[in-house]
Amino acid sequence: MVTYVFIFLALLAIASALGMVISRNTVNSALFLVLNMVSLAGIYLLLEAQFLAVIQILVYAGAIMVLFLFVIMLLNLDAEKSLFNRFRARYFVAFLLGVALLTQILYSAGGMAGVLPEISPEMSSVGTVEAVGDVLFTTYLLPFEITAILLTAAVVGALVIAQQKIKPKAEND
Amino acid sequence: MIDIDWFLALSAVLFCIGIVGVLVRKNAIVIFMSVELMLNAVNLTLISFSSYYGNIEGIILVFFALAVAAAEAVVGLAIIIAIFRNNLSVDISKVNLLRW
Repeated sequence: MVTYVFIFLALLAIASALGMVISRNTVNSALFLVLNMVSLAGIYLLLEAQFLAVIQILVYAGAIMVLFLFVIMLLNLDAEKSLFNRFRARYFVAFLLGVALLTQILYSAGGMAGVLPEISPEMSSVGTVEAVGDVLFTTYLLPFEITAILLTAAVVGALVIAQQKIKPKAEND
Repeated sequence: MIDIDWFLALSAVLFCIGIVGVLVRKNAIVIFMSVELMLNAVNLTLISFSSYYGNIEGIILVFFALAVAAAEAVVGLAIIIAIFRNNLSVDISKVNLLRW
């Protein structure tokens, strides 16, 4: 049962990722990415990381993708017209590079086949909110606080960058 | 239960799709979303290792990666809006600000 769910979710994730890269309309790309993130949240549930599955849907599929869609709608873009219409060297090079990297990663992961761990008995107690909060607010308290400063700095920086520059008046006054 | 190899393979496939997306597309927003895809693939690797070792550090690391990704999305989209204001396009082949 778990295997079938994993196969379904993995195929859904790969298909939606391909759809995101291939589709010409930017809004369609964003919606495919939302589907990808939701299926990844399902895979996190299979890995017994319940807290991160919820966070994935709340933060990624909720907040960040709404931000993306807002920007896409704000900019009112038209579709890329010349995507895959004609053969280009850069597509070939990009595809080749992707395949080369994929084989490299899979080869190096397959070489560790005997070293990779089996299922741990503590697997079911790792991903709960209680376990994560316990470690996060004791051992990793300082990085957690630094995250708050980072988010504040990001918001202030975004405001400064996106602020409408007031054009200086003509220099006759 | 499934072996960890399958989770790692799925993560590798998603990461490489993200890389090809960054290299192929010209729309800055789609390139940005491909970067998010790569971040998600790495998160999947961290979570599967963390879950199979029974060690919680990987999940904590994913938590921080999520926070950094949120900050990066905010600043990056602000930069995209600023670029769009200046030359009315998000086509990165037309942006030559840092090119000499």
